[in-house]
Amino acid sequence: MTRSTLSRRGFLKRGANVVAASVAASAVPGMVAAMGNVTVGFIYVGPRQDFGWNQSHWDAAQKIAAMDGITVVEQENVPETAEVEKVIQSMIELDGAKVIFGTSFGYWDSLKAMAEKYPDVLFTHIGAIWKEGDPTNVIGYRGYTEEAHYLCGIAAGRMSDTRKIGFIGSKPLYFIYNNANGFMLGARSVAPETTMNVVITGDWNNPVKEAETTNALIDQGCDVIIANVDSPKVAIETAEARGVYTCGYHSDLSSLAPNGFLTGAEWNWASGAEFVRAFVEDDPYPNLKRGGFREDMVALSPFGEAVPQEVRDEVMAAKQGFIDNSLQLYAGPIADNQGNVIVPEGEVRNNDDVPFKLGIDWFVEGTIG
Amino acid sequence: MEGTELGWWGVLIAVIGGAIRVSTPYLFVSLGETLTEKSGRVNLGLEGVLVMGAMSGYATAVLTGQPWLGVLVAGCAGALLSLVHALVCSLPRVNDIAVGIALFIFGTGLAFFLGKPFINPSAPRLPDLDLGWWSDSPHIQSALQISPLFLFGFALALFLAWALKNTRWGLVLRTVGDSSEAAQALGYNITLVRIAGTVAGGFLAGVGGSYLSLYFPGTWNEGLSSGQGLMAVALVIFARWDPVRCFYASLLFGGATALGPALQSAGVTANYYLYGAAPYFLTLAVLIYSASPRKALEGAPGEVSISR
Repeated sequence: MTRSTLSRRGFLKRGANVVAASVAASAVPGMVAAMGNVTVGFIYVGPRQDFGWNQSHWDAAQKIAAMDGITVVEQENVPETAEVEKVIQSMIELDGAKVIFGTSFGYWDSLKAMAEKYPDVLFTHIGAIWKEGDPTNVIGYRGYTEEAHYLCGIAAGRMSDTRKIGFIGSKPLYFIYNNANGFMLGARSVAPETTMNVVITGDWNNPVKEAETTNALIDQGCDVIIANVDSPKVAIETAEARGVYTCGYHSDLSSLAPNGFLTGAEWNWASGAEFVRAFVEDDPYPNLKRGGFREDMVALSPFGEAVPQEVRDEVMAAKQGFIDNSLQLYAGPIADNQGNVIVPEGEVRNNDDVPFKLGIDWFVEGTIG
Repeated sequence: MEGTELGWWGVLIAVIGGAIRVSTPYLFVSLGETLTEKSGRVNLGLEGVLVMGAMSGYATAVLTGQPWLGVLVAGCAGALLSLVHALVCSLPRVNDIAVGIALFIFGTGLAFFLGKPFINPSAPRLPDLDLGWWSDSPHIQSALQISPLFLFGFALALFLAWALKNTRWGLVLRTVGDSSEAAQALGYNITLVRIAGTVAGGFLAGVGGSYLSLYFPGTWNEGLSSGQGLMAVALVIFARWDPVRCFYASLLFGGATALGPALQSAGVTANYYLYGAAPYFLTLAVLIYSASPRKALEGAPGEVSISR
């Protein structure tokens, strides 16, 4: 019964799509004709305007929505439960979605289940944990944000007066370690005597603890703060009020700290647009994709006013190094903060050495935490 | 080891500063709950009231640019929400604990629903008082930047302690809370007094919520309260229904929250989940300590369902 109602609405929708597509196709032949009118669904775990993780996906949704022949439908605050499957079903059945962007890690099992149910729909997931045997209409992709943190670290190392920088992490996970290491290696590349205090809050989202942690780090003398939490808004505003520098994470946060903002590490989830195009045009696409600046999968926030031109040039030069692969993040000698040598002098771990990066559970030398 | 010494001073400053910064919502909610429980009812919904207060205060400040107006609106929203609790509990044979839990879920849900458009915009913050002018250290100066709301809460605690003992309405409130039969014999309208006690408590909890969203941490999102409203209810038991002890207990809970981040930033990183759990551990310990099967709680209002 329900099924037939859904189909009728879906039929009407699709009928409208055909009309719209033919109108669009007559206006702009070529690519649009090939793509038709594609509906793309974005599912967020929280509010999309959170100055953080969800906003980085919303940025992508807006960019993808601006492409010709693409309509975006969105749903916010979808918990990582069976709820997400209902949302996906309604996006496919009612809105005619052909591509679903599941933007939270815990959607993984639901995405796989729905991918088997709807083999003609493409699903993307942000964990990049697809493996052989998983449905082929699922793509996992994720950027190397540690490269963007390295660039933030260069700015932090140049701007810090106390030679102490602070890193707030949510959970002790591999990408948080990588980001912290990137931030520190960047800072040490320009100011080798820099130390970094790391605080793990244990929560993705706990504003009171994040604000308190920011204050505690500043009390310890840190004068550049970066927060790897769901929404760094609180940490950045607290640090701004206390007159220290900040770097952003996830999306562009420069408007939160007009005085102290240096730059920020951003995702570029809009790079997933290529999957949409490949899927619709029946071109091959990868099931697993990781990349940094070279693959255009991460981005750097605009510089804050506090950053002088020579520091900007230095940061942009390093970014170019990542793009043409002349700069490797984990280039020896690298030791952890317990004194163990991880990468000996003369050895280099390539930026795309994913197994190495996934195994990181240590902080580089000079890190207190 | 000069650096280490500086580090430990930093921890101390961060904990003291943190105790002051974090304690205010606990203080307001626990003072409000004290008033409510003194009248003979338990309002477990104050967590929902706190979140609702945080949201409405933030929204008002965003829309009008007036943070103090936000505090007032937050209090009124809290009073209104608690009025629901008060009226429902005035019906015969209604369990105030169950209504409180319903109100808790309703209040947070409503706040999340109405608060969605206000997650992104930044609201003007409440101003603070600079009490650290005498010190050269910027860290001490910053630790002693104190919100007027904190001082107001402290004054309110003293005033409530005095008023409950020494004024006519204080006596009426306590009589109603200790023995409804006695109050009835004296000719007081029990229902009315309890409604007043619950509404006043809700107002204070709402104000506590506005401190969260408008001062510290000074933002609105759905993870803003990590159970401060519920913990404050436990804190009232710990403080034995005494407003001044509520003040001390709030500082203790605030300091416990600040301890984890302060230790970690000084390089003490072992067991940080344990430090992070300190406030919750404290709540549990308080409840275990106060849950004696042998004796009734000293200072507990006789009509409150947890001590009956």
